[in-house]
Amino acid sequence: MTLRRALYALPVILIGLFAYLAWLGLAPDRDPSALPSALVGKPVPQFSLPPLDAAADKLSSADVTGHVTVLNFFASWCLPCKAEHPLLFSLGQDYGVPVYGIAFKDRPEDTAAYIKEMGSPYKKIGLDVDGRVSIDFGLTGVPETFILDKNGVVRYRLSQPLDEDTIQSDIAPLLQSLQQ
Amino acid sequence: MIAEIGHYALVLAFALALAQSVLPMIGAQRGIRPWMAFARPAAFAQLAFVGLAFLMLVACFVRSDFSVAIVYEHSHSLQPLIYKIAATWGNHEGSLLLWVLILAIFGALVALFGENLPPRLKARALSVQGMIGFAFLAFMLFTSSPFERLNPAPLEGQELNPLLQDPGLAMHPPMLYLGYVGFSMTFSFAVAALIEGRVDAAWARWVRPWTLLAWTTLTAGIFLGAHWAYYELGWGGWWSWDPVENASFMPWLVGTALLHCETVVEKRDALKVWTILLSIVAFGFSLIGTFLVRSGIITSVHAFAQDPARGLFILAIFAVALGGSFTLFAWRAPQLQPGGLFAPISREGALVLNNLLLGVGAGTVLIGTLYPLALSVITGGTVSVGAPWYASTFVPLMMPMVLLMAIGPLLGWKRGDLPGALQRLAVAGLLALVAAGLVYRQETGGSVLAPLGIALGVWLFLGTLMEWIERVKLFRAAPRENWNRARHLPRAAYGMTLAHLGLAVAIVGMTASSAWKVESVQVMKPGDSITIGDFAYRFDGVAPAQGPNYIAERATFTVTRDGKPYTLLYPERRQYEVQEQPTTEAAIQSSIRGDIYAVIGDHAGPQSWTVRIYHQPLVPWIWVGGLLMALGGLTSLSDRRYRIGVPNRLPVVQATGA
Repeated sequence: MTLRRALYALPVILIGLFAYLAWLGLAPDRDPSALPSALVGKPVPQFSLPPLDAAADKLSSADVTGHVTVLNFFASWCLPCKAEHPLLFSLGQDYGVPVYGIAFKDRPEDTAAYIKEMGSPYKKIGLDVDGRVSIDFGLTGVPETFILDKNGVVRYRLSQPLDEDTIQSDIAPLLQSLQQ
Repeated sequence: MIAEIGHYALVLAFALALAQSVLPMIGAQRGIRPWMAFARPAAFAQLAFVGLAFLMLVACFVRSDFSVAIVYEHSHSLQPLIYKIAATWGNHEGSLLLWVLILAIFGALVALFGENLPPRLKARALSVQGMIGFAFLAFMLFTSSPFERLNPAPLEGQELNPLLQDPGLAMHPPMLYLGYVGFSMTFSFAVAALIEGRVDAAWARWVRPWTLLAWTTLTAGIFLGAHWAYYELGWGGWWSWDPVENASFMPWLVGTALLHCETVVEKRDALKVWTILLSIVAFGFSLIGTFLVRSGIITSVHAFAQDPARGLFILAIFAVALGGSFTLFAWRAPQLQPGGLFAPISREGALVLNNLLLGVGAGTVLIGTLYPLALSVITGGTVSVGAPWYASTFVPLMMPMVLLMAIGPLLGWKRGDLPGALQRLAVAGLLALVAAGLVYRQETGGSVLAPLGIALGVWLFLGTLMEWIERVKLFRAAPRENWNRARHLPRAAYGMTLAHLGLAVAIVGMTASSAWKVESVQVMKPGDSITIGDFAYRFDGVAPAQGPNYIAERATFTVTRDGKPYTLLYPERRQYEVQEQPTTEAAIQSSIRGDIYAVIGDHAGPQSWTVRIYHQPLVPWIWVGGLLMALGGLTSLSDRRYRIGVPNRLPVVQATGA
């Protein structure tokens, strides 16, 4: 009889479990659309891109290996890129890391006009006009920012614009630990 | 002013819902007649106020009153009128109002047609209905008011999401909600019956029309949604096991089980506890669906904007409604008198097996839907559960179900004659095997499931026909007697026949379109041709086209079959002016053999486009099957015994503890 009673109580218990799971799932710091990057922990994809300045060298994967670097994908037609642009300067100046830029699906003349207007936080800029290299990086949109360690291994990916909070909480500690 | 009237009406409905949930319940407990009778006018007034609020919101959309926040966010003055109206429920707040409106309609219908319900049961059921209304009105007023104003008012709106600017939006959500909310009615009746401590044949007969109505509309809603996804999203499929699709499918599975075991309660006074459980679970799944879509806990094509406060609110509603009703269940259900006995091989036995298979099927879908969530919450990992999981769990469960569907109706109540039934199905079985053999021979490298699926469809179709033939004594009696028998079969019997035939047709369509879909993607320049099967497609070029609120590139394909002209296809790629989101409009030419389906994609270079062409065998059969199933539900709903009063022919069964 008690077993039968327990059986009748089973639905309540299941509902309780579901409610607990759902409650955990609703935690405000959980982002259901967050995608772990398959690249994190892997070596940076091989690439070689034409430079913005015709006189400069190509931007290639060799440039971003050997020291800690920040790699930023941007485009002149991308408004959030404009918003994060000043923060890229401070990344380079305050933390002493070279910042490299890749212009995603952008006409070279537009990229040039954009850089002329906004100034360049980048040590070097590569042009990914047809978006091929961006596919290798698994880019979901612009802007996106990658941090690579000394061995050229991707350690961090941010698929949204940079902001002060993220730099303080995630990026700054990571850069410091990588540079030691 | 219009928005304020709407908001005020909602507040009144909210206060009224509170009274409707409390007074009739206490009245029924203490035997105070006027308090019990209050439920009826309260349910009507509820409909009047919520209906008024809904009309006011529609008016705001029609007049493009951009000072109302959701009108600004989801409408535009250039949008065609039908999409201005449909935009009313093309967003979280408005669709919630539609949800509550349908809830109020169901409440009013029970008050209207419930003349012959026992007053206590009616008072309690309407009281529970009032509680659900109260909870959702509170949710709307406190977290998602549709009548929020903007100051200053913007001059122009942001337009409805282009994917939603489609006749599908006008039909799919209202149908689906009729189904979801319809199960609230069976839920209310189940809770009322638990409080009364009494479930009998009469109870089953009162509840059954509501279950049928909910099931029919949910069926129609799901098929409409699948059809919409098929022609609008342009990826060539009709079902993707998306969490939100599953959220509508799970209540359907449980609702189907419920529909079948209600007949057992009605005819044989057995399976009562199980029926009550299913009534609660069916609505529980509707609530889980509401929670998954509106809380932002998962990402899906259907999900509304995220807001954790809303999620917590719905979770609270869910926990109180289901926690409460299941606690009541644990307390009262053991006291329900067990009913009639039956042998394992009998109509009842077959229905129990049907219930088990459908229940476990719903369970596998639930696990597939919640597993990624559980994993991400517990370990932080990400995983997606897709078609392969369902193909290896859900599909094998449904195969014996379909096999059984042809046999069950041929078994007698109480004790069935299985060898006799199988003998009568010999022809159907033989033809099904022949069909499987033919398909197997014809097939070149397709799935092994395909011959099996086709055979099951043929088996179910012929087996269902056989049952009807048996009933009218076709070939065994004079034509005059056949005719008389056919005329006097209850409509519920025809409902079953139609619905089962519909599923058979749909199974054949689903199997064929999954197994033999041909997809061809390539870059084409004007003048290029490709050949798929008997059909040749010549790409004639792309011309600009102008819609009311979009510009489009319209491609022209000349299709020939065996060299003879067949049809012209005009797939479009639209760019909506405000949302700047491109959408594809597939061009589809249907025939009984299947659809040819063309989509035009991105520019692949100067004067060349990415073109996708699909051959979708037998896809129209899916829609025809769905239509037949919904028609079956309607036919059954029109059965005479739901229109006349309920004869109280069975002795009333009292709970021992009440």
